[in-house]
Amino acid sequence: MKLLRDTWLIFQRQALLLLRNPVWILVGVFQPVMYLLLFAPLLKPALNVRTNAEAYEIFVPGLLVLLAIFGGLFQGFGLIAELRAGVIERSRVTPVSRFALLLGRSLRDTVSLLAQAVIITLLALLFDLRVVLGNLLLAYLMLALISLMTSALSYGVALAVKSEDVLAPLMNTVAQPVLLLSGILLPLTFAPGWLQGIADWNPFSWAVDGVRALFRGDLGAPEVWQGLVIMAVLAVAAITWAARLFARSVR
Amino acid sequence: MRRWGLFVGSLRLTAAVSACRCTAAGPRARPRVGAEMIETRGLRKSFTSRQGKEKKTVEAVRGVDLTVDEGEIFGFLGPNGAGKTTTLRMLATLIEPDGGTAVVAGADLRKNPSEVRRRIGYVAQGGATWDDSTAREELILQARLYGISRADAQARTARVLEAFNLAAYADRKCKTYSGGQRRRVDIALGIIHEPKVVFLDEPTTGLDPQSRAHMWDEIRRLRAEGITVFITTHYLDEADALCDRISIMDNGEIVASGTPEALKREISGDVVRVGVDSPARAAEVLGSADFVNKLETHDDSVRLYVDEGAAAIPLVLRALDAASVPLGTIELHRPTLDDVFLTKTGRSLRES
Repeated sequence: MKLLRDTWLIFQRQALLLLRNPVWILVGVFQPVMYLLLFAPLLKPALNVRTNAEAYEIFVPGLLVLLAIFGGLFQGFGLIAELRAGVIERSRVTPVSRFALLLGRSLRDTVSLLAQAVIITLLALLFDLRVVLGNLLLAYLMLALISLMTSALSYGVALAVKSEDVLAPLMNTVAQPVLLLSGILLPLTFAPGWLQGIADWNPFSWAVDGVRALFRGDLGAPEVWQGLVIMAVLAVAAITWAARLFARSVR
Repeated sequence: MRRWGLFVGSLRLTAAVSACRCTAAGPRARPRVGAEMIETRGLRKSFTSRQGKEKKTVEAVRGVDLTVDEGEIFGFLGPNGAGKTTTLRMLATLIEPDGGTAVVAGADLRKNPSEVRRRIGYVAQGGATWDDSTAREELILQARLYGISRADAQARTARVLEAFNLAAYADRKCKTYSGGQRRRVDIALGIIHEPKVVFLDEPTTGLDPQSRAHMWDEIRRLRAEGITVFITTHYLDEADALCDRISIMDNGEIVASGTPEALKREISGDVVRVGVDSPARAAEVLGSADFVNKLETHDDSVRLYVDEGAAAIPLVLRALDAASVPLGTIELHRPTLDDVFLTKTGRSLRES
């Protein structure tokens, strides 16, 4: 009960602060929209598919997963600003649940990601993308798990390094191979065997495959449950780790 | 000494001790009424820092014993880097001690830090508000983080805003506040849950003289409401004017404890400087007086070292008058806490 209440309090405050600066949501939407408008038209000939709808079916899921990964990984910057402002320390002297300090923040990130995902999905509908609602909700669940994981991971690393100067290159270094090895931009079906072999070890490539299957309307595909299970396990692990860091007295 | 405390709205009777528990050497000026609010024994903390390949261990706090009584303003005086903040952060559960014991507000710091958290307030040196939220939002959230219901949190917030003279700006964003207003918000955040003891780390650093004076009044008001206040400071005048008792800390250790008065008296007593035309005559008359501990003769004056300067002055006047020695001027010099620091550590606090 206390955990739920505390999480809600932290979530509320974080959401309030985000809404006071809605520019961040718009910035978050702007880039994917650019991809949607300026990159996606190349895909129909490149992927050798018959219709735009088919191209978007492949591209939009990748774009959404990309958004979830990057959006989450860079949340740590906000936390470093909060550390500097002393608000984290102020929370730590209160009896508030340490787990709630993390969970409230990660849930805020997840909700704002889902808001972005909805905007992008609606825009993609204008480009003839069609997806079954139930499948779409499952795809959003996958995105939520990714976002919870990456934002918790980012908060944990931010608490450990406490400096933007370290966090930025670290996150970029992690994100780039993850991005390239997940088939986010182009499906890995085009990749040579060795590259596919490595990508199999990238959990996000499972997530992308799962979301693509859902957008294709293939609810029964094994990628769907495999992706969900892998993301759920990793999300729990990341949250547990970061919450422990919040609880430990640092510095 | 007894105070009847009114804590913003809720009437709370507090038998509070103020001031005086003197050091073992000094006399007890006033009887002690209250219980211990904080008691530490051998509290230690060291930090390991890495410089290249070398590991350096710094003993920030090396065995601190201190007792803070209920209802007093207790001050930790010392230069930057003396270990004041580290000790404060240990007592506020923010860092774990390496050794020693401490009981804070009746709860064991090592065994039950979460209970300590419920009973204390802590105000960090740098402040702690989000730029984009308002004082009212911050106070309500803070109260709710202590498990207080929404309605109660709102009512308390209204009272505290009033008490700290913040009501007029309560719904403006924190980033628009002046330094003094921000500081008042910080302290209001530290006491919104009615703690038994509140820790204030350098509460007046960076404030202009007027805001500083206001802050002192706020801190005294907390005491009047029955809250024990533990502050750190590197300002001599602040420790002297504001604190009922102080501990002087240097290099991770407490070098002296007591009331500012007792500490100053303990080291040297007062100096009375008597300006006369014939110092030799004056020295002859006063040298044998029993209230003079020591006498120095200068060109145009004599300096008398006495226990109580205020009591010595009439005696000096009478003695010189009786011996018909014409008196020019008479001045009383009282030792400062800096003299205490100098005596205990061999350097001046102003230099360090």
